[in-house]
Amino acid sequence: MLGWEFPPYKSGGLGTACYGLTKALSKKDIDILFVIPRAPFEIKSEYVNLILADRFITPNFREIKVASNLTPYLNFEQYSKLGSIGQVGSGFEPNYGRNLMEEVERYTELARAIAMKFKFDVIHAHDWMCAKAGLAAKEVSGKPLVVQIHATEFDRTAGFPNQIIYDIEKEAMSRADKVVAVSNFTKGMIVRHYGIPDEKVKVVYNAVNFGEGKELEQRDDHVNLKWTDKVVLFLGRITIQKGPGYFLEAAKKVLEIDPNVKFVIAGSGDLMPSMVEKAAQLGISKNVIFSGFLRGKEVDAAFKMADLYVMPSVSEPFGISPLEAMKNGTPVIISKQSGVSEVVKNCLKVDFWDVDEMVNMIIGVLNYKKVGEEMSKLAFKEVMGITWNDSANKLVKLYRELMS
Amino acid sequence: MVSVCFYFQVHQPNRARKYRIFDIGKNHDYFDARGNKEILERVAQKCYLPTNRLMLDLFKRHPEFKVSFSFSGVVLEQFEALHPEVLDSFKALVKSGHVELISETYYHSLAFLFSKPEFVAQVKQHQNKIKRLFGQTPSVFRNTELIYNNELAEMIGDLGYRGILAEGADKILGWRSPNFIYSSPGKNKVKLLLKNYRLSDDIAFRFSNHDWGEFPLTAPKFARWVNKANGNGNVVNLFMDYETFGEHQWPETGIFEFLEHLPEEILKFEDNDFVTPSEAIARYKPLGVFNSPEIISWADVERDASAWVGNDIQKAAAEYIYEIRNEVLKTKDAGIIEDWRKLQTSDHFYYMCTKWFNDGDVHKYFNPYDTPYDAFINFMNILNDLLLRIEAISKKPLKGKKIEEFRLKFKREANG
Repeated sequence: MLGWEFPPYKSGGLGTACYGLTKALSKKDIDILFVIPRAPFEIKSEYVNLILADRFITPNFREIKVASNLTPYLNFEQYSKLGSIGQVGSGFEPNYGRNLMEEVERYTELARAIAMKFKFDVIHAHDWMCAKAGLAAKEVSGKPLVVQIHATEFDRTAGFPNQIIYDIEKEAMSRADKVVAVSNFTKGMIVRHYGIPDEKVKVVYNAVNFGEGKELEQRDDHVNLKWTDKVVLFLGRITIQKGPGYFLEAAKKVLEIDPNVKFVIAGSGDLMPSMVEKAAQLGISKNVIFSGFLRGKEVDAAFKMADLYVMPSVSEPFGISPLEAMKNGTPVIISKQSGVSEVVKNCLKVDFWDVDEMVNMIIGVLNYKKVGEEMSKLAFKEVMGITWNDSANKLVKLYRELMS
Repeated sequence: MVSVCFYFQVHQPNRARKYRIFDIGKNHDYFDARGNKEILERVAQKCYLPTNRLMLDLFKRHPEFKVSFSFSGVVLEQFEALHPEVLDSFKALVKSGHVELISETYYHSLAFLFSKPEFVAQVKQHQNKIKRLFGQTPSVFRNTELIYNNELAEMIGDLGYRGILAEGADKILGWRSPNFIYSSPGKNKVKLLLKNYRLSDDIAFRFSNHDWGEFPLTAPKFARWVNKANGNGNVVNLFMDYETFGEHQWPETGIFEFLEHLPEEILKFEDNDFVTPSEAIARYKPLGVFNSPEIISWADVERDASAWVGNDIQKAAAEYIYEIRNEVLKTKDAGIIEDWRKLQTSDHFYYMCTKWFNDGDVHKYFNPYDTPYDAFINFMNILNDLLLRIEAISKKPLKGKKIEEFRLKFKREANG
């Protein structure tokens, strides 16, 4: 499996999905060889230690770390910035690619070498940066390739794809033996924008837990923050895909009606500076808090103190965060342009562009307390039934079909 | 002999329009006139008009064939305003002498569960409407969604009715058959006709279900099943939505052909006939007492009121609307009173139902909301506006548990 580093490493939903799927798969009757890009300097960071402590160990799970600067969601611009802050050519590994594409090529060649050295029956690659490596592994081994799409270039760019990345995605999906989409929403994109035949794409939903029955933990009534205001949370990368601008526009309209609300934006991303600016332009800076990127327990704490979580994504292939919110007992509003809206019932659903409706729902949940209580009570039960085990079972079935 | 008693429910609610927070205090138009009109038009073309044509024809061909209808007051209002042609076709059926009309609450409401005075007021309002439109005075009652308990029987008996239609719920009947007349346990000894839910639902729900072992259902087969009650029952009560014909079951399923041949197939068996509810209770003696201290209804597997007031948001919304009754009536404002009553229609609460799974599809029927939570927020926004209108007349803030709980907590301009 060509995947990505697990949380709390800074990898967003892709890392979470890789963690969930591999952990559930490792309990099945299959061996996993998990190949991940890893910049060597990271090994020294405290978070990596955290990961190592958290990593599940089963005899049928082996891991190969490939020295590389690749991380999920990188774009060309961000990759070149990595160089400027001294990580590329920092002495650990002098041969990193000079730009993102070179690095993807380099990773691909490393994967090819690994594929020649090890034995396996099926190749499973996650998203475009790994997909090319998956194709290389397929070339040298002749084994069937599954490409799993967690986000297409159309999602990440809100409809303005980079041609080079689009071409790689298209080639990988066309040459793969099977494509896994994280939702019907994403499957639709793959069929429509990439011309992949409908029957070649299988939907395997993401999940949020491993089926251990748990009671809802204590919620935090934000005493620690000494806030009497209600708290509405945005949590995710601050990128065009996630719709932070719509969140701020809704915030502005909510505050016109009810000034006693705080809007917390948790996450980082390329639109962060412009969102800080936008909040100022809207005159709501006082009520908008940018918390920066949150990890692990901080994420749960953020959900627990929030009265409401809003995911206004413009195009969300799946969206695990709403499930995490539900797990923490937080009422949820999600955009209808998301895969997760196909899966969950006990939440409010809104078109990302319909700011007035979003405001209506936010005010509704904050003021009619019963609705949030009823929703989060049932959502917690609902989310407990959405397990990685179910997702892994679907993958195992798919692998067996490809092997026979 | 077996008597077949048909009762068809005819109802369409005034569905609410999208009513957002911004509308409160500014817009007092709560109902989706256009959407309701479109649905009525669709159901008229698919069900009411063609089925009424067929019924009239069947009455001519089979003098023995008869049925009963219950119309909600709100659907009759919609016919009058939007589709007089449909109303005329129902009037023609009634005039033929083959139809008995049943009494219900004018607003197809849950008033019985929350406010007895309101319940009685709506039953009387409905009685007047039926008399005025059709010239009949119903003597048999059915409550919204067949919601029933012993107390209802007593109240209805006190109002002078002789019979009530109710669900043949297994949890009350036990081993006993629904194919007899029963009586209520109280002093009024009201006669009860109990729905044979197996046979009724074979038509209403299973008719077009290809996975059903008995598919396809034909008129001769169904008539044989009905006839099996012979020797073990007097009356087979087939109760269902009238929209079963052509709307719930589309014409392509063969539902009209089924209906067309059903009377002749049932009459092929010697001594079998058709009765209306009041004929049934006049002809047959009660077999025993149907003792239902608990609430039963015809909905979902639970056969209780949980489809309308099963969760906390449904309960809160219903409690709110009945909590303000006195204040609403005190305004003496016809518009406020009418809006308030239209908001009592059971469908508004049905849309807030969070029981999913098996029954989900039924709950989706013409449901304007994506989720039950949308339905609740919309409803509460409307009630907040209604509250402002009442307070504009009463000149003082209304008090009450639910009012306090759901009043919007921030300053807004009062009703403009």
